[in-house]
Amino acid sequence: MENGPVPLKPPVWTWEIPVYFYVGGASGAAAVIVAIAQLAGRDPAMINDARWIAAAGAALSPLLLISDLGRPSRFLNMLRVFKWRSPMSVGAWTLAVFSAAVFAALGFRLLDGSPTVALAADIAAALTGALLAVYTGVLIGVTAIPVWAKHAAVLPFHFGASSFGVAVSLLELAGYRTSSLNRLGIGAAAIETMLGMQMEWTRDRVARSIFAGTSGTLVRIGIWLSGPVPLVLRLTGAASTALRLAAALSMTLGSLATRFGWIGAGRRSATDRAAALGGDPA
Amino acid sequence: MGAEIKVKGFFTDATLCIGCKACEVACKEWNDVPGDGFTWTGRSYDNTAALGHSTWRHVKFIERMREGVPSWEFSSDVCKHCEHAGCLDACPTGSIVRTEFGGVFIQPDVCNGCGYCVVACPFGVVDRRPDDGRAFKCTFCYDRQKAGLEPACARACPTQSIQFGDLEELRLQASERVKTLEARGVTDAVVYDPRHTSVGGTHAIFLVRGDVRTFDLPLNPEVPTALLGRAWSAAALAAVLMLVGTWLVMGTGLFSAGLAQ
Repeated sequence: MENGPVPLKPPVWTWEIPVYFYVGGASGAAAVIVAIAQLAGRDPAMINDARWIAAAGAALSPLLLISDLGRPSRFLNMLRVFKWRSPMSVGAWTLAVFSAAVFAALGFRLLDGSPTVALAADIAAALTGALLAVYTGVLIGVTAIPVWAKHAAVLPFHFGASSFGVAVSLLELAGYRTSSLNRLGIGAAAIETMLGMQMEWTRDRVARSIFAGTSGTLVRIGIWLSGPVPLVLRLTGAASTALRLAAALSMTLGSLATRFGWIGAGRRSATDRAAALGGDPA
Repeated sequence: MGAEIKVKGFFTDATLCIGCKACEVACKEWNDVPGDGFTWTGRSYDNTAALGHSTWRHVKFIERMREGVPSWEFSSDVCKHCEHAGCLDACPTGSIVRTEFGGVFIQPDVCNGCGYCVVACPFGVVDRRPDDGRAFKCTFCYDRQKAGLEPACARACPTQSIQFGDLEELRLQASERVKTLEARGVTDAVVYDPRHTSVGGTHAIFLVRGDVRTFDLPLNPEVPTALLGRAWSAAALAAVLMLVGTWLVMGTGLFSAGLAQ
């Protein structure tokens, strides 16, 4: 019974999906920074650049997703219905509304439209953007893949913190090295560190399988580069430009490693016969 | 019109199966399913390996020892057409629907090959066909049922191991079969119909002997959407944390004192 076929199928997704998790998540998180910074009266140049980051992500995301489809020409069928019970349906619609809001916010400002409407668009983008940054955790958690399903309640926090860290880091790499961005970066890194510790210390066999194999190494690299490394760099070296940039680079690469690691782990987990069949070993 | 259509089902009895694979052939022929090669699995005469995008009936060959005696058993696996189907819930285009006969059906003209159903099935049934791009699985011979016929596999089965009919009657038939076998001294026959889990039972039920996992059937299959509540709660909390946290730092200057500038 130990060896044999596994009643599960591995994910068919290719590189576009983990890249989309990364791009879409960062883009959504950037929109959160835009709206809050706007309401808090922060540096308009930084806010403007954050808005462009959000827009770039909003433009790139559908291209990545459409490219991964088995029948790309039928991409509009994603908006054929709305199904609460399908995390992918909720995500597709969220992306659609988010993109509309981001482009509206950008458009209204570029064309000197009503500032009230522009702010409303910013807020709409922030709310849908926050959802965009976390829903991909729900997407892979609510599946039959053992290692993903086991982490269904953790993934939204993990992917959310990861995405937020990237948004902060991209702004820092663009030259905005304020103390508030550093504090936000510390927050994201702290959450990643705590989640990393929780994942390492679990005794559950299926949960631990996240660290198995090459994908497991990637997941670990992702945790380290998104968590403890930038946390230490930001807490101790915020005054140094070099260390600050190192922290930003670390978080960016860490997020990418995390996404590829988790998809790879899903492929691996689909070969876990014991987890798929359940019960005590016979 | 007006008569209620009863939910249909499959009852596949492994104790009657002779491993002839007529069901595999009939299914492929009727549905024009493309060839998907064969694999020398090393598991007896099973060269089909598993259900997939181009295998909708798969005969399993089980060689094992039972009470010191070698036994050779066969069982035809198929899409379970779950009461609460993971693939149906997952499908974002609405391609996967419940038919009037109670089966789970992928509408091939709607499916855009997103692949989400593939990771949503706790039985590993549905898959995306590489050269086509869409997802495929057993259709429950929807076209035949609409014409008042039984599915091709049930029609072809020479031992009537594959039974087709009203699900409620098949469930009674299955429990009767268990009693018949017990009277003959076969005491380890079980009906596989996971009504104790979130799947809520299947429209394709099986009768096998011994531990169901020997037949690659999960003990406690769950529909992934049973996790929706806890996953979305986590997501909502994470999103709120993101928004509130950003406001606390940028709007109120929290933690600004005492950190290196």
